[in-house]
Amino acid sequence: MTEKKIRVLVAKPGLDGHDRGAKVVARALRDAGMEVIYTGLRQTPEMIAEAALQEDVDVIGLSILSGAHMVLVPRVLELLKEYGMEHVKVFVGGIIPDEDVPALMELGVTGVYGPGTLTEDIIRDIHNALSIAPAA
Amino acid sequence: MNLTTDVLAGKRLSLARLLTHIENGTPEGRAALDELFPHTGRAHLIGITGAPGTGKSSLVNQLARFYRQPVNGSAPRKVAVVAVDPSSPFTGGAVLGDRIRMRDLAGDPGVFIRSMASRGALGGIAIATAGVVQAFDAAGYEVILIETVGAGQAEVDIARLAHTTLVVEAPGLGDDIQAIKAGILEIADILVVNKADRPGVENTERALKNMLQLAHPTRRVFHHHGQVMTVKAPPAPQADGKLWIPPVLRTVATEGEGIASLTEQIARHGAFLRETGDWNRRERVRLQNELDTLLQAALVARWRATLPNGRYGEILERLVARELSPRQAVEALLAASSSRNP
Repeated sequence: MTEKKIRVLVAKPGLDGHDRGAKVVARALRDAGMEVIYTGLRQTPEMIAEAALQEDVDVIGLSILSGAHMVLVPRVLELLKEYGMEHVKVFVGGIIPDEDVPALMELGVTGVYGPGTLTEDIIRDIHNALSIAPAA
Repeated sequence: MNLTTDVLAGKRLSLARLLTHIENGTPEGRAALDELFPHTGRAHLIGITGAPGTGKSSLVNQLARFYRQPVNGSAPRKVAVVAVDPSSPFTGGAVLGDRIRMRDLAGDPGVFIRSMASRGALGGIAIATAGVVQAFDAAGYEVILIETVGAGQAEVDIARLAHTTLVVEAPGLGDDIQAIKAGILEIADILVVNKADRPGVENTERALKNMLQLAHPTRRVFHHHGQVMTVKAPPAPQADGKLWIPPVLRTVATEGEGIASLTEQIARHGAFLRETGDWNRRERVRLQNELDTLLQAALVARWRATLPNGRYGEILERLVARELSPRQAVEALLAASSSRNP
């Protein structure tokens, strides 16, 4: 039964109520053989970091359509650091203006995906991010 | 080992790590479980099972809330939740969505929720669920709520693991014939009719109560996987005459209705098990099951190592080509290993 599965938390922080994109990604990652923990709408950064800790995930996908990404993403990353979980890879999806992408990448986000992204790209990036990462 | 010490010291990140090791069946996980085992056996393990959509997760949410903030004046207890959802049989992937209904529990350090994929096991829980539960038990969680995958009729493994099993029904699912079939209803220590604000609740409740009246209450200690027991006669009443009759309770989990009386019944069942000695008896059978399962796996692994290289593949090919029946294939494999290792 020795079997390592990639565990991913897909979360929607903030106040917007559309989770179709998050569900599409969750489903695609499932079909790529990953275990996806889906937390539902309107999560605070604290709830997301706490869930990531309890579930010992390798990756967090944040879906944000509200425009609050420059507040929410740094806060999640800060909390992960506080909890000793810097090894967790974070990617962001949703409506993110192009000019904010470099800033997010600078913060340590592994990818930013807007509408029209191929789910294959997200899966490939997750695999890359995890194999580059030191064995945690 | 560090991991064990950290888990016993209550470090949540270490506990989360350990649970992953247990799920993945790593040597670290096994070693830690060995070390933690003397610290287990204190928690009340409560199983929650039932068909998909009956409200198991919402019920778990309410139960955990109640144990954290008891209205009856008792002390809050540390609660762990193990929520199992199915893995895809094709890709091995899974979407684990039970946390969605448990958001009320966020931010409480006395609650730890862990989602598990079933990873191919068909009994309603994962192979590693028992190990995960042991880790929570050793880490000092006093109540462990184990939510199975949405279960149909035969996913009864939870009753072998839990002390108290709740079977959750909802109005409009099945009739009185469903209620007298063997399987999931039989394992209920407590029957919960959730969504009791929906029409048809009286019918569901009546069907369940009728089923209970038809049944002879028996002492329920579970037997080995796959072992069929023949019951010759209705069981003779025990000397103390005490048998548990599963209560039927109504709840509306989304509103928190009926939760207080449900927890009362859970406590009553726990007390009953201890009073009658069934607690120890169940524990004994559970540990024996675990021993036998591990023994079988170990023997198979050891035996496989004695098999000449490639022999297994050869015989499998002959089986696929229908030159051998499955039984003959087993005979041939056993002969292959014994001829080399007399």
